[in-house]
Amino acid sequence: MSAVEAKMAAAAPAQPGAATGVARIDARFAACKAEGRAALVTFLTAGDPDFDASVGIISALPAAGADVIEIGMPFTDPMADGPSIQAAGLRALKAGQTQIRTLELVRRFREIDQATPIILMGYYNPIYVYGVERFLADARAAGVDGLIVVDLPPEEDDELCLPALQAGLAFIRLATPTTDDVRLPVVLANTAGFVYYVSITGITGSATPDFGQVGAAIARIKQHTRLPVAVGFGVKNAEHAAAVAATGADGVVVGSALVDRIRASLDGDGRATAATHDAVISLVGELARGVRAGRA
Amino acid sequence: MSAHSHSASPQAGQRPNSYRSGPDARGRFGLHGGQFVAETLMPLVHELEAAWAEAKADPEFHAEMQRHLATYVGRPSPLYYAERLTEHLRAGARKAGRDGGAKIYLKREELNHTGSHKVNNVLGQIMLARRMGKQRIIAETGAGQHGVATATLCARFGLDCVVYMGAVDVERQMPNVFRMRMLGATVVPVESGSRTLKDAMNEAMRDWVTNVDSTFYCIGTVAGMHPYPAMVRDFQSIIGNETREQMLAAEGRLPDSLIACIGGGSNAMGLFHPFLDDPEVAIYGVEAAGHGISSGMHAASIAGGRPGVLHGNRTYLLMDADGQITEAHSISAGLDYPGIGPEHAWLHDVGRVNYLSATDDEALAAFQLLTRLEGIIPALEPSHAIARVIELAPQMPQDHLMVVSLSGRGDKDVPQVAEMLGPNLDGNTGGARA
Repeated sequence: MSAVEAKMAAAAPAQPGAATGVARIDARFAACKAEGRAALVTFLTAGDPDFDASVGIISALPAAGADVIEIGMPFTDPMADGPSIQAAGLRALKAGQTQIRTLELVRRFREIDQATPIILMGYYNPIYVYGVERFLADARAAGVDGLIVVDLPPEEDDELCLPALQAGLAFIRLATPTTDDVRLPVVLANTAGFVYYVSITGITGSATPDFGQVGAAIARIKQHTRLPVAVGFGVKNAEHAAAVAATGADGVVVGSALVDRIRASLDGDGRATAATHDAVISLVGELARGVRAGRA
Repeated sequence: MSAHSHSASPQAGQRPNSYRSGPDARGRFGLHGGQFVAETLMPLVHELEAAWAEAKADPEFHAEMQRHLATYVGRPSPLYYAERLTEHLRAGARKAGRDGGAKIYLKREELNHTGSHKVNNVLGQIMLARRMGKQRIIAETGAGQHGVATATLCARFGLDCVVYMGAVDVERQMPNVFRMRMLGATVVPVESGSRTLKDAMNEAMRDWVTNVDSTFYCIGTVAGMHPYPAMVRDFQSIIGNETREQMLAAEGRLPDSLIACIGGGSNAMGLFHPFLDDPEVAIYGVEAAGHGISSGMHAASIAGGRPGVLHGNRTYLLMDADGQITEAHSISAGLDYPGIGPEHAWLHDVGRVNYLSATDDEALAAFQLLTRLEGIIPALEPSHAIARVIELAPQMPQDHLMVVSLSGRGDKDVPQVAEMLGPNLDGNTGGARA
């Protein structure tokens, strides 16, 4: 399905639970827009700190206020991630997380929720080694709606982006402060679902962005696309979420701050405790209130 | 399993018109290479491509480079006939009832300023960085040879220098850490992941993605995203170009074989590339087999790896069934990397270069043999190449001309070797007085 077809699919009235893939993402952003607010997009690493705890936390995200769920596929060498998400990936790998178990996690989530979009985020090598066609088929069957693969720029679109679009999965691209007006159309060409604007030059979980500049960047991107624009990198609390929502963003992405909540709740051996689940879910609740306050 | 298993790759077995025309416009060498990097870096990568294309076509750039190579680096490096090594291996062949024993030449890259071939590439990249107006240089290093070369050129040209080095390697290679600091570089021990070279490269890329405007990333080998593999190869090709001229002057013809060690593979690519279209020249690359390929404790990406994507390029990688990168092992920190340059991966696929390996023990024995016979202490990295020379040379006729890249000197390895052999050389396995 092309980006254009995806938009047409989204224009049809969404039946709860009926839409999948690109259409499920479009339906959710449209619903948030109808409520006059930005979507809350949460990121957690699959299998962090272990598979069962991870299933429990991710299953509880929609009720706590997450509108779109990004699930990180752990990788040994996450070149674009800061210390928080690097450590989350290593915790998950140590606990035995694999690509197959990440898809199993999505399947378990889909047993209880058919409306919340699931985006898998990570690096290309584990997908490449799994086999691109097999991965896309298995991901689609598990209930995945989109992919963010950090190390696949438009120059490498034939590797995964085009096959993913053909399989009905959105390939969500990152736009950054270095993506100028010449390059932006290249980045947006095969993007579907939404555009992920990385608000800083840097790695995940680092500096908090200058919200004034974020507003200008969103306006610039929106001149090139009708897709929703979600903003991430450096959003740590409800106040930041409200500030980003107020810039006109269609979505606010929070990752490292949630992952930090997991880390802070673990016992001395890095295992989940009774506090882990609520530590994450309570922050998601605060962020959801922040997103809603942003446009109030 | 993989979408492109190597035997099924469309490039395998297909003979190109020239082995020297790669990469293509997308930075590919057959299946390998490419530009697998985050969007933040893509504009910088394109900027670098353009700057390199422009510099490459500018005679001024080459003239200035030539000047520094002659007066600062100390080029050309000699092509040295290793007479005693040659005689020793011929004597061994005679004992075995054979008449063979190739004539062995060493390409003496260890005589360059800073003690290895690394400086050839660093000089080129630093001149390019200056041309691009970048004042801050970052680099990754394993054993510290590339880090020392980078710190040296930054001192020479008054540039800020930050070197990322795995915390494990910082402990193993203290003398080089101190050298870099004396030269004014900031050495950052990398505590993430496995705390070795691959993690240093991750951290350098994280720095670059953060400091996009000010910073030039000086990659130390023929790996990373396009244009690095081709650019580093071009800077290192001076090794092979000189060898060609020197061999013609010494023997009146081209060598019959070339041999070099391979981590990422920059000294090897530099020696090999000018000879790729000379079918009469046999070419051997030697990976580090550590405790042996079957032990799983090695750094031989071609012998023991599969195609995957890491650090901006597709190539042979050491990884598990789920695509997670595994740790390399080698006695030599400079070969301790779970990948190999993409052009080597392609040269393997098309069969132009024969990729062999040598174990830790074989390298250590070769290290001692060369030291005793020629009075040249090689680094542990080229000792892997010498190890295969010891095996191959006696099988060749006496008029066979074999060139080994002696990519670095072994001073940095003396403490490590002393620890392994004992201060009185009780564990000496070389013992060749010939």
